[in-house]
Amino acid sequence: MRKIKEFIFERLILFSGLASVFFVLLIFFFLLKEGLAVFKTVPIGDFLAGKNWYPISDPAQLGILPLILGSLMVTLGATIISVPIGTACAVYIAEVAPEKIKNFLKSGIELLAAIPSVVLGFIGMVTLVPWVKKIFHLPTGLTALSGSIMLAFMAMPTIVSIAEDALYSVPKSYKEGAFALGATHWQTIWRVLLPSASSGILAAVMLGIGRVIGETMAVMMITGNAARIPQSILQPVRTLTATIAAEMGEAVVGSEHYFALFAIGIVLFVFSFAINVTAELFLHKDKR
Amino acid sequence: MVKFDIQNLSIWFKEAQALKDVTMQVEAHEILSVIGPSNSGKTTFLRTLNRLNDLELSLRMQGFVYFEGKDIRTMDVELVRKKMGMVFALPLPLPLSIFDNVAYGVRMHGEHNKKKIIQAVQEALQQAYIWDEVKDRLSESAFKLSGGQQQRLCIARTLAVGPEVILFDEPCSGLDPISTAKVEETMLKLKEQYTIVLVTNNVKQAARVGDRTAFFLMGELIELEKTDKIFTSPAQARTNDYISGKFG
Repeated sequence: MRKIKEFIFERLILFSGLASVFFVLLIFFFLLKEGLAVFKTVPIGDFLAGKNWYPISDPAQLGILPLILGSLMVTLGATIISVPIGTACAVYIAEVAPEKIKNFLKSGIELLAAIPSVVLGFIGMVTLVPWVKKIFHLPTGLTALSGSIMLAFMAMPTIVSIAEDALYSVPKSYKEGAFALGATHWQTIWRVLLPSASSGILAAVMLGIGRVIGETMAVMMITGNAARIPQSILQPVRTLTATIAAEMGEAVVGSEHYFALFAIGIVLFVFSFAINVTAELFLHKDKR
Repeated sequence: MVKFDIQNLSIWFKEAQALKDVTMQVEAHEILSVIGPSNSGKTTFLRTLNRLNDLELSLRMQGFVYFEGKDIRTMDVELVRKKMGMVFALPLPLPLSIFDNVAYGVRMHGEHNKKKIIQAVQEALQQAYIWDEVKDRLSESAFKLSGGQQQRLCIARTLAVGPEVILFDEPCSGLDPISTAKVEETMLKLKEQYTIVLVTNNVKQAARVGDRTAFFLMGELIELEKTDKIFTSPAQARTNDYISGKFG
């Protein structure tokens, strides 16, 4: 009797384990099957490098270059903002802050991670967007810059917590060695701690970018959603994610448009897969 | 001449007392060995001398440490650590070339003149008696050196900064006998120019290189005498028991 129980539980756990992998594969194949169908009518080069995204005009123009550029611009902007601030914050928490402030900041950052992105988008829409409009004298504040700033807030918790872990895992002896040579606290941070934690910090940055590039709701609300090739960061852009979210509801199932949206999904998948693999490589390097 | 004058030094980590009312002097150009079983406070003592204990937040200190007559707590902490170079138990080369390892501290203290850096590196490597072994491979990674060579490289890195005192914290505990002999030989030559405080778990090492030897037990300084005397006719029975291996 006990053996039978044992057997049943073992199998149950095995199936649960396999299920998650199975679902991932299922999603992947579904994405491929639906997405690749678009390339029967649109050559892959035209799809990726096409400058016009007019999915419902006749004939439809399905070039996602503006969307890719939109995503990249917003992501790049968010990275430029969040990486220095996030790293500096991690250094402060790991090295400089007294115990009390450290705990306060840590819970604050966890709280930031817990805010739903739609709420951040909403706050951005009513506060940040008007500011951007006013400061830069723009016709609209719904720009790539607004999206970048908002997404930087979302990437920050990831970057801070992982970079902080990386800084903590630097052997104490490195720090003592630097101090014993007469290094100041800042020299120790800058020349010893940051270089030795660099692979962990890079992984943190990559995961932060991964979070940003996949984010949908907030960018849809504050980037303006204009599907054209952006000339500057002060123009409205439309990202890959926002396009899928906004248009999936109205695309006719089985139409070219529908397949094209899935193909965008593949492109996104490739992006975030590449980012995660890179992050994984850096983390791995850290452990070796 | 007295280099360090330590007066009634007591140290606590939270509630645990690590050093109890230690009063002693370190003379210039001597090798002072500090021996004692683990937990006897000898490393804590050593780290007080270059104020590395400042990093321990739970630490409390009483008493005074004077360096050439000046209270080290009133001195600039970076200057204290620059003057008192420290060599750790495990060689800790940086993931850089041999040259850059030694140049590291020099550059950090603001020297940018290439010629001066090269000169300082060469002098430090010569002083640490490793120059002949590495002069043709200065651009190789420091990790390619043997353990003993790495430890002498670390000594060179310490010397390059221009210290007056060198604090050795069990510098040979991770080394084989041949490497140990080389490091000891280096120490004996260094004492002409520097004052050396050597904390060691190896009683025989203290007998080999120390001019004077201090015996610590449970945070107390039991005895401080000329090395010959302490190893032939110690005044305290406990000292005798430790060096003859009855406990430790």
